[in-house]
Amino acid sequence: MMPLIEIRMTVNGREYGGRVESRLTLADFLRNELNLTGTHLGCEHGVCGACTILVDGEAVRSCLLLAVQADGATLMTVEGLADGDELHPLQAAFQENHALQCGFCTPGFLMTAYALLRDNPNPSESEVRQGIGGNICRCTGYAPIIRAIQQTGTV
Amino acid sequence: MKPAKFDYYAPVARDEALGLLGQHGYDAKALAGGQSLMPMMNLRLARPAVVVDINRVAGLSGIDSGESGMTIGAMTRQRDLERSAEVRERFPLIAAAVPHIAHFQIRNRGTVGGSLAHSDPAAEIPALCLALDAEITAASSRGERTIAAGDFSLGLLTTALEPDELLTEVRLPWLDSDGESQWRWGFREVCRRDGDFALVGAIALLRLDGDNVCREARIAMFGVGDGPARIPGAEAALVGRAVDADARAEAAGLVSQAVDPGSDIHASAEYRKEVSGVMARRALEDAVSG
Ligand SMILES: Cc1cc2nc3c(=O)[nH]c(=O)nc-3n(C[C@H](O)[C@H](O)[C@H](O)COP(=O)(O)OP(=O)(O)OC[C@H]3O[C@@H](n4cnc5c(N)ncnc54)[C@H](O)[C@@H]3O)c2cc1C
Ligand code: FES
Ligand code: FES
Repeated sequence: MMPLIEIRMTVNGREYGGRVESRLTLADFLRNELNLTGTHLGCEHGVCGACTILVDGEAVRSCLLLAVQADGATLMTVEGLADGDELHPLQAAFQENHALQCGFCTPGFLMTAYALLRDNPNPSESEVRQGIGGNICRCTGYAPIIRAIQQTGTV
Repeated sequence: MKPAKFDYYAPVARDEALGLLGQHGYDAKALAGGQSLMPMMNLRLARPAVVVDINRVAGLSGIDSGESGMTIGAMTRQRDLERSAEVRERFPLIAAAVPHIAHFQIRNRGTVGGSLAHSDPAAEIPALCLALDAEITAASSRGERTIAAGDFSLGLLTTALEPDELLTEVRLPWLDSDGESQWRWGFREVCRRDGDFALVGAIALLRLDGDNVCREARIAMFGVGDGPARIPGAEAALVGRAVDADARAEAAGLVSQAVDPGSDIHASAEYRKEVSGVMARRALEDAVSG
């Protein structure tokens, strides 16, 4: 069997390193090795969107990437949104609109919405619906999430 | 840990990747976007002993317009197809179809070659390649060969690729419109939720002259069998006549008769058979009116 593989990456502006087994997913590396537990895992096969993070600027499923594949990459996770105790406007809009109940899906929605609003500021309702189509929420019924994203407008 | 143990290689040179696949054969899997392979590995439905990550291999991605057609590298992300102005201009059919693949986060990683090699019967890219008469290039340390899209799918999740072969690129010949006729297209699919795999999909390509008379027709269906399928009977029924409502209904009926879909938890065979005709008719309507 192969030895552990040495990796380095930038997460939310900070440098991290680690020695990992090849089969460790990026999501498990973030959660279990870096203690960045904001990224949630629901299905672990690409369907629910809870694990969505940005890798080199693009929103992706962190459960479908290996940690070793992110060697040298720049990542942003939900922990990178707030500025200290100050919520990011997108997070504030989620709070104000009751866009979360249990909060399990929220990190994935926030990172998806962040990429969405960056690429397409002030999207229409149907564009938001399409954009969040890959994220599942079992609590809110989606309407407040759509409102929060539209209210935020740009990031 | 979700996946079973494997040895991981991330070659940067094509020859190195081909060497690894040649050396490990059936024990190895190429890892492209990972959007089909990783779910299967996380569920341990796939347990390759060796993973050859081809994301860092140089020269496998990009969209190039040439004299006779467009060449798309295997590692070109589905999202790059969607965003490409060149694709939108020269193959608006592809630009219209690709947003139906999964969700944007998945298209950010998923690749053109991965979709072809995985060969899900409901996938859009293999059906597009079939409708567009694509040529698929496969390379191994034994050499390179070209496979016609029509010979590529060999049934459920099975392709003409040998275990030591890497799909390197896809070539799409231009749809040439001469002075008298023009290619028109239609794309339709039905699924329960946006981003799901299609229950049934239809692609129609028609070369029509000024009086709407059909010179050439291609109809490709997906989601209704073990792989994408052209429907030669329906195509033949359109050639040489004006593609009016009667002609479209007749062709749609032939499509419905020809397909032999299976039942699964998503839809029954009867439903798929019926809806095949509806999707084909609407795709033909779009082609004629588009
Ligand atoms: C939730 C979800 C929804 C989806 N919905 C759709 C959908 O609606 N329509 C659709 O078409 N797809 C859908 N997909 C699948 C997606 O399009 C995948 O990206 C695609 O099937 C595989 O491409 P990949 O690059 O991710 O390949 P990978 O997952 O990396 O590889 C898939 C297979 O192909 C082999 N392979 C990959 N590249 C090569 C190559 N160059 N040469 C030889 N072998 C190769 C691998 O070894 C593996 O066996 C969905 C996926 C998910 C997770
Ligand atoms: S945990 Fe990654 S998509 Fe569900
Ligand atoms: S808030 Fe509970 S799943 Fe979305």
